[in-house]
Amino acid sequence: MSVFSDKIKNFFGIGKTLSGEVFEDLTDLLVEGDFGAAGAYRLADELKDACKKEKVADGEGARKILAKLLEAMLLKAKKAVPPEGGGLAIILLLGVNGVGKTTTAAKLADKMRGEGKKPILAAGDTFRAAAIDQLKIHGERLGVRVVAHQHGGDPAAVVYDAVEAAQAGGGDVIIADTAGRMHTKSALVEELKKIDRIVESKAKDARYIKYLVLDATTGRNALAQAEIFHQAVSIDGVILTKFDSSAKGGVVFSLAEDLALPVIFLCTGEKYGDIKPFDSKTYAEEFSGLV
Amino acid sequence: MFDKLTQKISDAFRFVSGKSSITEKNIDDAVEAIKMALLEADVNLRVVRRFVNATIEEAKGEKVLRSVDPGQQFIKIVHDKMVSFLGDARQDLVLKGPDTISAILMLGLQGSGKTTSSAKMALRLKKEGRKPLLIACDLVRPAAVEQLSVLAHQIDVPVYKEEGATDSVKVYKGALDWARKNLIDTLIIDTTGRLQIDEPMMQELSRLKEVSNPDELLLVADAMTGQSAVDIAKAFDEKIGLTGVVLTKFDSDTRGGAALSLKTITGKPLKFVGVGEKPEDFEPFHPDRIAGRILGMGDVVSLVEKA
Ligand SMILES: Nc1nc2c(ncn2[C@@H]2O[C@H](COP(=O)(O)OP(=O)(O)OP(=O)(O)O)[C@@H](O)[C@H]2O)c(=O)[nH]1
Ligand SMILES: Nc1nc2c(ncn2[C@@H]2O[C@H](COP(=O)(O)OP(=O)(O)OP(=O)(O)O)[C@@H](O)[C@H]2O)c(=O)[nH]1
Ligand SMILES: [Mg+2]
Ligand SMILES: [Mg+2]
Repeated sequence: MSVFSDKIKNFFGIGKTLSGEVFEDLTDLLVEGDFGAAGAYRLADELKDACKKEKVADGEGARKILAKLLEAMLLKAKKAVPPEGGGLAIILLLGVNGVGKTTTAAKLADKMRGEGKKPILAAGDTFRAAAIDQLKIHGERLGVRVVAHQHGGDPAAVVYDAVEAAQAGGGDVIIADTAGRMHTKSALVEELKKIDRIVESKAKDARYIKYLVLDATTGRNALAQAEIFHQAVSIDGVILTKFDSSAKGGVVFSLAEDLALPVIFLCTGEKYGDIKPFDSKTYAEEFSGLV
Repeated sequence: MFDKLTQKISDAFRFVSGKSSITEKNIDDAVEAIKMALLEADVNLRVVRRFVNATIEEAKGEKVLRSVDPGQQFIKIVHDKMVSFLGDARQDLVLKGPDTISAILMLGLQGSGKTTSSAKMALRLKKEGRKPLLIACDLVRPAAVEQLSVLAHQIDVPVYKEEGATDSVKVYKGALDWARKNLIDTLIIDTTGRLQIDEPMMQELSRLKEVSNPDELLLVADAMTGQSAVDIAKAFDEKIGLTGVVLTKFDSDTRGGAALSLKTITGKPLKFVGVGEKPEDFEPFHPDRIAGRILGMGDVVSLVEKA
């Protein structure tokens, strides 16, 4: 898929025998894939041990073991709550500035509609310049209803109205956009908690799912974002965007291992169709260059 | 902030403090600590190697060997080296005089902060007594033109836009005409976000560059960017040519290793940092501040000087 996979493929190479140098090179590749330095050394050691134990001495065999180890890391994440199912569902998208929340909201609306649902988009970003217009344009293009207030309004009130609209029969899944906010700004994180409380009390019977949107080009700071937002509003999973970039997304393994957070969707472009469910096995194999 | 790294380096040198002999091992241990710290700060691996090699060379010289406290001396060398890698002198925009029209082209990945930084730049130039014009050349992202217009209104700077336009080059030409008639001296061109690997989009940017012949081509990059900062900067510099970098979202808690990667790979100065969402949240780049942050050492210089 990527240059990265090619590199991994090359250096494991078919028929290549394993040497200490190979494992050092692997560490470099992992680090350059945003896997994290400490984790990279650890994984390379694990791989070395596993190869010894299973008497694997060739590159191809080692690569398969690597994929298995990576998949095992991903499987440490908690099980994803499926967005499918009966009754009203509320999907809240949150994350730092510019990661792709609004675009992903539109993609999800399109996807849900394709699955026979009746989505409502809630314009919960009342802060950023033209954020409401941006979501409305998506709504128009998709033919999906957008519940919006004025710029500067209370985002919790917007989500409240969207829930009312849905409860009155206007839809069965709400996808709520929120303003981009730094996880380090406590006032903004508090605002998120307020939206959270409103949804909890207004839609007690609904399935309420919170996704943190992360940009694949983000480095190790993605972990800090996940940790702090998770602490604040307890997120159900991650949506990784901009995976069509040159970034390798190694941080996903740390999300699973350190925070037990699963990735739910992978976004690979700016078109509505550029979203797909995350699959641990495929991701691990792609990362290790098997596919 | 005087965290683990400073501690580790001090540990590496602890047994030699006050002695005149210092082993290679002391330096190697300290270098290893630096290397891990830089990688955790998202500095690209290749850049880390370059930085570390330069540091070792200097550390093995007389200065560390002879100093009373080699640990502290080593920390100071690392810090100073970092500052020099980031660019010693502060670099402002290089624009033509106010009697002619200068152009600034803002470019970068999706969501990096181009539109916001365009407005921030306009406000800054306006305060310096120039007459900037914001040009809405992002015709792709939904409501991008509206976003720029709202920001322009907030800071009371004119914006040029064409309803229903599909060709950014044509918009630029219209803007230039308008600027000439309205005594504008600086054009700030907001462009569509694009991946450096998207060839058609990179070509569009080339055309925009050709027609606008900008004085500044600024890569707007997110300070939280990881290892791929190097690929991004290299491609934009090779394919379009950069004159500098604007680093956004430094108000996050990122260590911001991308700053070192971007500077080392392109050799182009880091000019401004974005530190918030408001038009005022824009500062000149200060290498010494960012150096301490990347190293996770806080204000190292004053620490060392006190020691
Ligand atoms: N290449 C690529 N671009 C994307 C993807 N997802 C979103 N984008 C682009 O990234 C930019 C930012 O996306 P938005 O959806 O506005 O991001 P946001 O998180 O809502 O931003 P704020 O509301 O300002 O915090 C836009 O130009 C999108 O088109 C993706 O998967 N791949
Ligand atoms: N916290 C913080 N947010 C910023 C900063 N600079 C920009 N932003 C925010 O980041 C998001 C994206 O900024 P934009 O200016 O729309 O980015 P862009 O590069 O024009 O995005 P596209 O046009 O979609 O490619 C917005 O929510 C901005 O408010 C900054 O320095 N700090
Ligand atoms: Mg948004
Ligand atoms: Mg923009």
